[in-house]
Amino acid sequence: MAELKLFRTWSTPFALRVVWALNLKGIQYDTIFEDLSNKSSLLLQYNPIYKKVPVLVHNGKPLVESLLILEYIDETWKQTPLLPEDPSERATARFWAKFGDDKVLLSVWNVFIKQGKDQEEAIVTAQENLGFVERQLTGKKFFNGETIGFVDLAFGWLANLLSVWEEICGVTLIDHEKFPMLSEWIQNFAGAPIIKESWPPRDKLITKYQALREVYTSKEAPK
Amino acid sequence: MADEVVLLDFWPSMFGMRVRIALAEKGIEYEYKEEDLRNKSPLLLEMNPIHKKIPVLIHNGKPVCESLIIVQYIDEVWNDRSPLLPTDPYQRAHARFWADYVDKKVYEVSRKIWTTKGEEKEAGKKEFFEIFKTLEGELGDKPYFGGETFGFVDLSLIPFYSWFHAIETFGEFNMEAECPKIVAWAKRCLQIETVAKTLPDQKKVYEFVGQMRKRFGLE
Repeated sequence: MAELKLFRTWSTPFALRVVWALNLKGIQYDTIFEDLSNKSSLLLQYNPIYKKVPVLVHNGKPLVESLLILEYIDETWKQTPLLPEDPSERATARFWAKFGDDKVLLSVWNVFIKQGKDQEEAIVTAQENLGFVERQLTGKKFFNGETIGFVDLAFGWLANLLSVWEEICGVTLIDHEKFPMLSEWIQNFAGAPIIKESWPPRDKLITKYQALREVYTSKEAPK
Repeated sequence: MADEVVLLDFWPSMFGMRVRIALAEKGIEYEYKEEDLRNKSPLLLEMNPIHKKIPVLIHNGKPVCESLIIVQYIDEVWNDRSPLLPTDPYQRAHARFWADYVDKKVYEVSRKIWTTKGEEKEAGKKEFFEIFKTLEGELGDKPYFGGETFGFVDLSLIPFYSWFHAIETFGEFNMEAECPKIVAWAKRCLQIETVAKTLPDQKKVYEFVGQMRKRFGLE
């Protein structure tokens, strides 16, 4: 019988992608929670290059980097496909997931860790990036169409973490007027059964990120 | 129906070279369009409005962007010959991981070496050697990263070989002395016709980088 272990932390949005993928496909697995300030020797053995979570270990063989793990899961367990079959649509899905991680996440994170004029500039960049993403939802319920897929899972953090960061900073990045489709996607995604049962507790997230913001903003005086 | 394949590219781009090698490996006929990156064509801006970067593959009018995504696309469409990725899902994941590592690490650190000086440059060199040591570890005793045959990881890294002469000269070190296994691997790859025909001459790249450095005020 296949042995499947997922190394994660309680909060990392990257591991959540893997949780959702496995749950959507109805795959059984064991979870090992890591304390990143005291990484287990197993984690360091399975991910020596980056030493990060998530790591999925399938029959003793480690898979790392959440989007790559998703592709592996999709290729290994064919039910409830995450990526489309058409090569052009697959390439498009990979493009948007990469854009999400390389640009959107970074630009939103910059809004969260900055203040004053720096934050105002960060907001402009973040909303520009979110605008590109918004347009991808034209005529669709999910990025994948009628059902949740690869790009939806990649952008999953927009449906919970973003509002945590917005609340802590007092900044609204995705307002209903500017981003009607993204706002609706957030509702649909966050409320989907497999997705919503996995959200980490919001109050714990607020505490964690509040502390993190204080670390970043205390390093410099507000401008 | 005849396939119409167009590649928007820039001759010294390592990312463009990946796509050129992939197309050559598959024997695909295409139209090559050289872009002037200081005066980007309306076609490029239309086909890659988000990043406005090359390479862009346009297949029957539809654009595909990001070099490793393009290579995978090519492998999936022309799947009847010269596979670029393994078939086994774990081996595919392993190949994607290392190609992604090359993407995350090699370009930035190389750029650091030829665009900076003094302490920053020395720090860049140190990082460069560490990254290539890691790559040498992954290569091990295999002839190619892909094992017995040239594969996805080899394809993602080999274009940087055309930049080695420029990087080592401006970085003031010797690539063969510092990373002998990588240089040996690269020379092995150059025995492959598609690679040899695609990679530009190291001296040409060196001259190009020299011109860039002048523009950055480094010379």
